[in-house]
Order: sequence, then C-alpha cells, then structure tokens
Amino acid sequence: MNQEAIKDLLYKMADDQLILGHRNSEWTGFGPLLEEDIAFSSMAQDKVGQSWQLYKILNELGESDPDIVAFMRNADQFHNSQFVELPNGEYDFSLIRHFLFDTAELIRFQMLSESSFEPLANLAKKIKGETKYHSMHAKIWIKQLGSATEESISRLQGSLDEAMPYAFGLFEVSKFEQELIDTGIFAGEEALKALWKNATTEVISETRLTLPDMESITPVFGGRYGSHTEHLQPLLDEMSEVFKVDPTADW
Amino acid sequence: MKGLTNDIVKEWLDEVKDPEIPVLSLNDLGVITGIDIDHQGKVTVDMTPTFTGCPAMDVMKQDVLDVLEKRGVSDYDVNISFKTQWNSNMISEKGRKALKDFGLAPPPQHDMIVDIDIIERANCPHCGSENTEMKTPFGPTLCRSMHYCHSCLQAFEQFKPI
Repeated sequence: MNQEAIKDLLYKMADDQLILGHRNSEWTGFGPLLEEDIAFSSMAQDKVGQSWQLYKILNELGESDPDIVAFMRNADQFHNSQFVELPNGEYDFSLIRHFLFDTAELIRFQMLSESSFEPLANLAKKIKGETKYHSMHAKIWIKQLGSATEESISRLQGSLDEAMPYAFGLFEVSKFEQELIDTGIFAGEEALKALWKNATTEVISETRLTLPDMESITPVFGGRYGSHTEHLQPLLDEMSEVFKVDPTADW
Repeated sequence: MKGLTNDIVKEWLDEVKDPEIPVLSLNDLGVITGIDIDHQGKVTVDMTPTFTGCPAMDVMKQDVLDVLEKRGVSDYDVNISFKTQWNSNMISEKGRKALKDFGLAPPPQHDMIVDIDIIERANCPHCGSENTEMKTPFGPTLCRSMHYCHSCLQAFEQFKPI
C-alpha cells in the first residue's frame, strides 16, 4: 500500500475538517438564534475532533504530532479546498456551504467505511454517524428557508450561485487518484461527485431554489496542493495564536 | 496479580462514571470494548469514544488508569481505538434507566439507520409522555439533543441516538 497516496488523502480530509470546523466556531455567540448558535458550535467541535483523529492516523504513519501539524503550518502547506476557508459571510452563505459540504462529507465517509485501509475504515464508520446529524440539519434549513419568503429564497439563491464553483473544488482529484481507486482505499472523487450531484439535486428540487447548470461550472481547484485565497493565512494566525505563545498550554 | 479475572476488572470499572453524566458508568455506557489479562498479569483495557470529538475521553481514560493503579495493578495499558465503533444501542438497560432518572431521555433503539423520525421520537423523561417535539438535534454536549414536552410543559434533553 502506497503510504504517500494514503497521506495525501488523509491530509486533504483532515484539513477540510479543521478549517471548516474553525469557521463554524466563528458562529459561536453570533448565531441568528440560540439553537443555530449551538448547532454551529457543536458541528465545529465534531469537525475539529474528527480532524484530530485523522491527523492521529497520519501521526501513526510517521507525520508529526497532531497539534504541531494543525498549528505550525503556513497556508501554502494546507490541503483543504478553498471552499472551506472562505469567510462565513452572512448566515445564508454559511448555510449553503454547510449544506453543500456536509452532503459531500456524509457520502465521502460512507464510501470510506468500505476502505481497504482499515484504520480509516474504522474511523469513517464512526464519523459517518456523526455527520448524519450535520447533513440532516443542513437539509432541514435549506428546505425551510428555500421555500419561505422572497428574501430568504433570493439570499440563498445568491449564495448558492456564488458557492457552486468552490463546492466543485472539493472534488479536485489527487495525484494518486487512480492508485487510491485501484487499491480500494477510496472509490474516488468522480464517484463521490456523481452521488453528491444526485443528493443535492434532490433536496434543492423540493425548494424554490434553482441549481446552476452543473455542466457549465468551472471548479475552483488548487486548494489540495497549497494554492489558497487570502482568507486562509489570517484564519491560521488566529487559530494558532495561543499555541504559538505557549506550546505547552493546556486546559 | 493473583486470581485476577476479566470480571473483577469489569466490576472495578463500575466506579468510573461518565464525567458529563455522573450517574452512568463506563460499563453501562458501553465504551469498554475489551478487557484482557495476559499470562504475566498485565491488564489491557480497550475503550472507544462515544463521539470522535468527545472532550471527556481523556478524563475517562485517566479515571480508568487511576482505578487500576488504586487496585494495585502495576502493569497495565489503556487503549482508545475505533476498532469497535460505539453506537447508542450499546448503552445497557441499567444505563438507560440511570439516564432517565438523571432527567435525560435514553436514546431510542435503532437498526443503525438514524434518521429524523428516530431522533424526534423522544419520550419525556419527567412524565413519560410521547407528545414531545424536538427543538434542535444539537445540545449542551455533543451527545445530547433538546426537546420540549407538550404534556408537562418542560424542556428536556435526550441522549442522541447514533
């Protein structure tokens, strides 16, 4: 089994979870209503915890300690998609991103629960149960607000149009893609994308929102190999502030 | 340690409680997935997290280590792994009752497919009513959702089915 291929896969997933987890946590204290404040905070805790376990597997494959990996890299060393690093914006954008990302994530971990790489399969079986709650939460709100008032519909539609090219960037293929598929580690981004298109289309079709023409979207790639927007480094600076002041800090 | 058996170690672990739900032992929570004593007397305890991001896991592990130490075991190991994945069906009957007495609705049993209708189906732990409504699938800790009882007009929490 090619360790480099597995590491490539683990890094991009762990970084996605960590960065979106951090963005979710920025809603703590600012949610539009208390329940949403708690929901985004809980999802943040789940995602950061999941990223830690993915970094732990990387650690067992010879990479540095999870805290070092999380806090000591610069933006160009991160493998997350650009989608997750974009600022939260208004609640409508956060909600659309939550829906598009978590729909993909649930399917990704369902696929990975069959992985031939056992440590990942075991963890994926756990994560898919937790992510079910995230995906369900997103669906409820998209269905509700996507059919509510003119304002909620037009806001969500605007965010959906803006988010879609970035969401497609989630499926940027690995340079080890064929190997990951051939060895049964992961069935691949294209397979995931096809399932994701069906799942998102199904939910959107129950609302008054319109999906942009999927065929004409130009995906925003680059994040998987260190190309990021100007928004990532400030996020990393804030996230690692305590660690950099005192790496032994504990609570 | 002479005459030590898995059952004895298991009994010791009854005194270790979930730090966030102090009426529930780790045995009843279902997070102890294996106890092994090798021929040299080394005790190995395997545990699995309820939630991947559960911050109580380190505390639980330390509590298990403390119990083994206190009972005079000198050679021991406690592993946390995902080899067995925890789900809420693993909470024992005794554990479910302890949750209810604590004021938390026990998680509904499920066939491993958790969907919205299962999460919404919470019986009020105070009055037993089925006339309840889920307010949010997220709560004060990762493992709880929030509900409202239309019979006794009280808010309550449920240990989430997962």
